[in-house]
Amino acid sequence: MKLFIANGHLIDPAAQENTGMSVLIEDGKVSAWLRPNETQPEGCEVFDATGLLVAPGFIDLHVHLREPGQEHKETIASGCAAAVAGGWTSVCPMPNTNPVNDNAAITRYMIEQAEHAGSANVFPIGAITKSSDGAELAEMGEMKAAGAVAVSDDGRPVPNAGIMRRAMQYAKDFGLPVIDHCEDKSLSAGGVMHEGRVSLLLGLKGMPALAEDIDAVRDIILAQDTGAHVHIAHVSTKGAVEAVRRAKNEGINVTCEVTPHHFTLTDKYVEGYDTNYKMAPPLRSEEHVDAIIEGIKDGTIDAIATDHAPHHHDEKALEFDRAPMGITGLETAVGLAFNELVHKGIISLERLVEMCSANPARIFSLEGRGTLRPGSIADITVIDPELKWAYSNAESRSRSRNSPFDGWEFTGRAVATFVSGRLVFKA
Amino acid sequence: MDKPFRRRDLLGIRDLTAAEIKGILDTSENFLEVNVREIKKVPTLRGKTVINLFFENSTRTRTSFELAAKRLSADAVNISVASSSLSKGETLVDTALNLDAMNPDCIVVRHGSAGVPYQLAKVSKAAIINAGDGSNEHPTQALLDAMTIREHKKQFEGLEVAIVGDILHSRVARSNIHLLTKLGARVRVAGPGTLVPPDFIHLVGADEGRSTQLIVCEHIEEAIRGADVVMILRIQRERQDAAYFPTLREYSIHYGLTNERLDLAKKDAIVLHPGPMNRGIEIASEVADSSRSLILDQVKYGVAVRMAVLYLVTGGSASA
Ligand SMILES: [Zn+2]
Repeated sequence: MKLFIANGHLIDPAAQENTGMSVLIEDGKVSAWLRPNETQPEGCEVFDATGLLVAPGFIDLHVHLREPGQEHKETIASGCAAAVAGGWTSVCPMPNTNPVNDNAAITRYMIEQAEHAGSANVFPIGAITKSSDGAELAEMGEMKAAGAVAVSDDGRPVPNAGIMRRAMQYAKDFGLPVIDHCEDKSLSAGGVMHEGRVSLLLGLKGMPALAEDIDAVRDIILAQDTGAHVHIAHVSTKGAVEAVRRAKNEGINVTCEVTPHHFTLTDKYVEGYDTNYKMAPPLRSEEHVDAIIEGIKDGTIDAIATDHAPHHHDEKALEFDRAPMGITGLETAVGLAFNELVHKGIISLERLVEMCSANPARIFSLEGRGTLRPGSIADITVIDPELKWAYSNAESRSRSRNSPFDGWEFTGRAVATFVSGRLVFKA
Repeated sequence: MDKPFRRRDLLGIRDLTAAEIKGILDTSENFLEVNVREIKKVPTLRGKTVINLFFENSTRTRTSFELAAKRLSADAVNISVASSSLSKGETLVDTALNLDAMNPDCIVVRHGSAGVPYQLAKVSKAAIINAGDGSNEHPTQALLDAMTIREHKKQFEGLEVAIVGDILHSRVARSNIHLLTKLGARVRVAGPGTLVPPDFIHLVGADEGRSTQLIVCEHIEEAIRGADVVMILRIQRERQDAAYFPTLREYSIHYGLTNERLDLAKKDAIVLHPGPMNRGIEIASEVADSSRSLILDQVKYGVAVRMAVLYLVTGGSASA
């Protein structure tokens, strides 16, 4: 079975390629690149990519798929459908399922459900501690053997520095990155939005930026001490960006990701008390968003991840301080990255592809992905950078509708998604 | 009466212009007279339905709104909802839609969460009046405070107003700061550092040209010295558990309004308190009972202000 993606513009940052090139795929793997003047091989199914970008499949390091336990919000199948519609060929679900993904059986179950669904690849993230309670280490080695690619207690960050230190020492043995949702809850407790002028104006309890800064600094120090790889999730503050920048300069093993909403929106959007603007970390003020943009520009920030967090409508229809935190994001991320980063001249197309494919693959050591070099797995995202489209919550593939970007117009989207050489989405 | 206020809802003072605030105060003056008549009732809102939807207990505010509605001949219905009933599955939006199906003209809402009146206004056909939402706003309280101040001080321009206590969590303080600075007064706030963050000066922004009208004082004495009006906030006893201050005893010693502290204010200074008072904690009994204390006037003006607001948002006929 051969597939020929013809006449596209190939961007493969890992291979330092950015040129007109057709891609030949055999048995789910890239077998060759052909220049536009070379003759098309015989007996291929052809996908005409004229005028389109052909990139290594995008990898989302941070999603919530809610299965097992909260299938009314999302299932692995519905989450994967939303993923491929957004151009993501692989997603890494956080372990805050019910039960928590803190053992190999659940890790395996998640991967099996994804294979069943047959669209995006699922690379689960295991818990750092049992039940993410922050007390006893989870069986990281077993989970890794079952297919886990990193560990995190995400929204319930390990509060005890001693346990976090041990977790890093232990995770290092298995080559697992420790993902850190940086939030010192003793500082952010009860907060429902960024602490600042807007929270003052709205009478809502704020989460100070320093709650993120302090935890980021703590865990960078622990990474330096242990030599473990710490990956800072959804970085959102000026202080955390600066801490990562400094750490990288000092050679500490640290990487980080940013979400589209944190580089797009400020806390001013909370002014109407719309719970679709409630998330953790919260939308920050302009100075923090500026620092994030700067970090994207200078390479401090490695990857774009969605933190796709589906919630049922009834839960989001509550009072602002009682509604759950989080928004969906798989289908809007690429559009937002185009609007806010590429079309505004913040980063090049090549850098965008790098932040969505090469870097995520490197950060979680996903062999054979994040590049389309011959021999690699044929996970491919085909993009029309000039396509004008509007996102609609009503048409989302996710089971949930909690996106603040309903009705937003974008220029640029993924128009076809291939996983292991199989077309799994076409716009 | 020509209507000075053309909004459908009264959600907060923050959104209002100085002219709108003055308009509400002027309308309130007109209704004040109804409250001292032999027959305290006018047909202004005959046939209109007002629902008092209270998710938080507040006998005072609810009674004040209820009296205001009845004196305007509206049909007033009280609904008390323990917040816990919402956790049984009914969402805020469900509640609003259910009430809407009964076609009320106005819903007066009090809720422990900031923003609820804004959320209801988006889905309800009825006019929404905010009767206090979490730590956000309590607009009719600020309006009745303003009416009390205007009665005694005649104007707001150049007035020095001290607000003392739990500024951080106080919807009364917030609404008053917006109102008083919009009308030209200067507000100084003071209290324990845990409850009066220095950043509070950003509540009224430079973009609105009012940044010099709000001052955060380090000491209560600094706030009260030379003040025309001293506004004392009620201390929520549960704040103590959250470690904002060590004990009520220590609070009363360092931040309570005593006669000695009040002597720092102007000779003709007046004292306001939104009630109910914790006597001996945020305010000494001798201050509360002195002639400078206008706490009962505030209650009296409360009914008139609420009549005015109900009249303005529900669009009743002016024939009194
Ligand atoms: Zn998180």
